[in-house]
Amino acid sequence: MSTQTISVPAPTVELTGRISVAQTVSHSFALAGRGFMKFMKSPIQLVDVVLTPIITLLMFIYLFGESMAKGNTDWYLHHVVPGVMVMAVFQASVGIGASLAADASTGIFDRFRSMPIARSAPLIGAVLADIVRYVACLVTLVALALVMGYRFDTNLVAGTGALALLIGFALSFSWMSVYLGMLIKNPTSVQGLMTILILPLTFASNVFMKNDGMPGWLQAWSDVNPVSLVADATRGLLNGGPVAHGLYGSLAWMAGVIVVFFPLAMRAYRKNAG
Amino acid sequence: MSYAIKAEGLVKKYGDFTALDGVDLEVPAGKVVGVLGPNGAGKTTTVRILATLMRPDAGHATVGGHDIVKDPVKVRQLIGLTGQYASVDETLTGTENLVLIGRLLGLSRRDAKARSAQLLEQFSLTDAARKPIATFSGGMRRRLDLAASLVGRPQVLYLDEPTTGLDPHARQEVWEVVRNLVADGSTVLLTTQYLEEADQLADSITVFDKGRKVAEGRPGELKRRVGGQVLQVRPTVAADVPLVAQLLGELSGHAPAEDSGVLTVPVDDPLLVAAVARRLDGAGITADELGLRLPSLDEVFLALTGHTPTVKDEASDAQPVSV
Repeated sequence: MSTQTISVPAPTVELTGRISVAQTVSHSFALAGRGFMKFMKSPIQLVDVVLTPIITLLMFIYLFGESMAKGNTDWYLHHVVPGVMVMAVFQASVGIGASLAADASTGIFDRFRSMPIARSAPLIGAVLADIVRYVACLVTLVALALVMGYRFDTNLVAGTGALALLIGFALSFSWMSVYLGMLIKNPTSVQGLMTILILPLTFASNVFMKNDGMPGWLQAWSDVNPVSLVADATRGLLNGGPVAHGLYGSLAWMAGVIVVFFPLAMRAYRKNAG
Repeated sequence: MSYAIKAEGLVKKYGDFTALDGVDLEVPAGKVVGVLGPNGAGKTTTVRILATLMRPDAGHATVGGHDIVKDPVKVRQLIGLTGQYASVDETLTGTENLVLIGRLLGLSRRDAKARSAQLLEQFSLTDAARKPIATFSGGMRRRLDLAASLVGRPQVLYLDEPTTGLDPHARQEVWEVVRNLVADGSTVLLTTQYLEEADQLADSITVFDKGRKVAEGRPGELKRRVGGQVLQVRPTVAADVPLVAQLLGELSGHAPAEDSGVLTVPVDDPLLVAAVARRLDGAGITADELGLRLPSLDEVFLALTGHTPTVKDEASDAQPVSV
């Protein structure tokens, strides 16, 4: 053991006894950085968010596209691409519950909990780190769509807005998955449950077809379904057309989901600590 | 005397199971207190409560004068924790792990890197600084874990079974590190199920059994309290063991215990050693070993709790809730 000493300032040990909002943000970003490094070290973790949307898009365009498009392939491509972007990013967002459930059972979460950092920081950090997954997913989709002949009809600002909306949507809805992960704690069960829960949201929507062919009750649900609303807003932002209705509806859903599921997730996380 | 840790009447229940049944614990500043006990004794539960990872159902405790329930953030600003299970990130390198912790503790990126380099050097991990933890040996992992607990220069350090699962060589390495820390004046609360470990490292030992404190004192005091000295004889020729056993029984008035050729009897009369030596000499029996010693902590534990500290299933240490 070396007894060499190098002068390094000790961390500020004023015993404030509380964690400020600014510190919470900085802790969350530091922990998001940890998640980001982990993705960079094993990009294989991104394989699901890259492959699933590719398969979905190819399937809907080439397998079902002919019968759904009724001859108007270009219209159908413009309808489906934004829809599949919503669906894919939503599917990418539900993985976090399972991975957090696994992570939280390791000793490292004990270390975080024993440190003077915000209680919420490890969860917020993990949620933010998943932006890597969403970006990988969306970039793949856009590249594939361009190859298949899809073209944006709006400008760069609107296109960037669409990507921001999609990432924001995934970030807020991922708190449902975080809550289940903290509640159930078994990664496999969490993943299975989330897969079932998102089915009525993704398929009972206007992602693959206009919902005017649905029975009345299903159409009513599809009209207020967040996936439909985000898809509408995304179509408007990428293809041109009305944006406001879908956008406001989406933002209301995102705010609502955070208001309900962030506190629930935090409560379950604290309770787990005993 | 000022206490770094002071706990009174800590109780923790998991359903019907009482993990802690009213435990008091005092750790003087700058000392190492060893909590010794088998799995399920409540050691880890105590550490988790004192590290603010869980709340006690009853009782209260202060660390550095701050209440663990009312002022947990202040307590967290004073402590470092090395848990039973590696609490570092497997996929990240040694440096990345330590820098992350430094950043979380409010160091600038530059200072976090300097502190990390300093700790890696101090723990002889510089060569491994750029390798993922997953490639580390068990002993290196524990050392990095310890380094991670020390980034913030904690005043009070909890070491929860720091050498469980390590081979003897790696155990020695960790002991060396702990001795250096103590020389620097840190306060350490060490839990262990290894009697030798508590004996080697701790200034005083508290013995837990089934959620209760059953004894405390300096290692030597504990040994003396439980029956004073014993006489130990190892006859040179194994065939002499029964004869020597009979002789020891006559002279001491106690039935000797035999373990692989070594006979042990409690000593009530200081003249016993001389008497035994004369009789062996008279009978023409030689001994490789003949002397007085204090009882081992294993024997102490047996005397205090009525059972030996058997090492049971790892998972049985009162941790049904894991997150």
